[in-house]
Amino acid sequence: MEPGQATDEPALSVAGLRRDYGERTALDGVGLELARGQTLLVLGPNGAGKTTLLRILATLLRPSGGEVRAFGCALPDEAWRLRGRIGFLGHEPLLYRDLSGRENLRFHARLHGLPRDEAEARIATLLAATGMERRAEERVAELSAGMRQRLAICRCVLHEPELLLLDEPDSNLDAEGRELAGAMIGPAEGRTRVVVSHDPERFEAEADQVLRLEAGGRPVLA
Amino acid sequence: MTRSRTAFAAILAKDLRGELRTLQSLPAMALFAVTTFVVFRFGLDRTSLSGSLASGVLWATLLFAALLGVNRLFVAEREEGGFDAIRLAPIDRSALFAAKATALLVYLLALELVVVPVFAIFFLDSAAALGPLVAVLLLADLGLAATGTLISSMAVHSRARDLLGPLVLLPLVVPLMIAATGASEPLLAAGGPGYHRFGTWLAVLCLYDLVFLLVGYAVFDFLLED
Repeated sequence: MEPGQATDEPALSVAGLRRDYGERTALDGVGLELARGQTLLVLGPNGAGKTTLLRILATLLRPSGGEVRAFGCALPDEAWRLRGRIGFLGHEPLLYRDLSGRENLRFHARLHGLPRDEAEARIATLLAATGMERRAEERVAELSAGMRQRLAICRCVLHEPELLLLDEPDSNLDAEGRELAGAMIGPAEGRTRVVVSHDPERFEAEADQVLRLEAGGRPVLA
Repeated sequence: MTRSRTAFAAILAKDLRGELRTLQSLPAMALFAVTTFVVFRFGLDRTSLSGSLASGVLWATLLFAALLGVNRLFVAEREEGGFDAIRLAPIDRSALFAAKATALLVYLLALELVVVPVFAIFFLDSAAALGPLVAVLLLADLGLAATGTLISSMAVHSRARDLLGPLVLLPLVVPLMIAATGASEPLLAAGGPGYHRFGTWLAVLCLYDLVFLLVGYAVFDFLLED
């Protein structure tokens, strides 16, 4: 069976994960196992390595030690098998400021190989779902931080990823934005999710598992 | 169209659209080149140049104008998350190298479309050399685009990118500049274009282009890793 094809394997399996930035250790001995369709909430103070963990799972960072498997793919060696199956929402919206929202989404659709007609239909649906239809032709540079976050959410789910990696997904969103975002990246969609947040109350009800990290990236033992 | 070709076209179109909207690179490159020609004209106190001096003035100016474009080539990718977006996509990362090198090539060709006629007006007695000079410009631009893209992708991660890019790039393009000036010198000779060792220098330019295009293709994936 091809790596990544097995259905009985957990979506995420991490053991002894470590990541160093020079002398500083950002993650130290993190382990977790998450079944498909489940949500993992990652909590911890600033500098606990939450974003580092997310970037490793997104194949954007190489671990310094330990084992990481996502949908059966060993990271970082088989990262190329996983790319395109991940929706990543980080601190930056990954949108070009000089392009409009729609142009940005078209660009990402092309990177992910979506056929043109399908991409246009999906973009229209997502823009409507996030209330961004009327602002879609404006340059991203002219949009507020909240509007950019709505577009970033559209970008994140545009290619219908199996795994959502969400770093403070509610950042800059107003109440309406949070509600709209919840419908698109919430647990109801059935995707496997890893959510990083400073606000346990906001996501705890949605979480199947909670991983608490302390400063230095060590997991807190319950 | 394969996924990588689609990605190549998407990145290239994005870059060209961005440049057309913001005009961040090309006008600065053109203004620099024209200003430099003015400085040479009055500094050398000559209304006509030929041979190695004309070739040197042309290529020194084009090289330093090109550096302005090289420095900005990956700024949007660095500052607006384009690197992450491309690394998350299921594409061959060499598509980014190819698209950026092509974008830089287009900038250089557009620059030369404006400034080479200005050079001819300022310094040449006849425009006869401009026809065969196109081949030299094309080959030198290709090498500059390949090397510039490679170095820019590395330098952009440094806070001192404006310094680091030229510091690393200039020694690497010395062979390219020797070949480009060597090929241009007989074309710009007084009394009309000549072709002494012209073919040899073109062959050197082709070899340089091939080497750096292959190096770029081979190492670019590695350069995008954290």
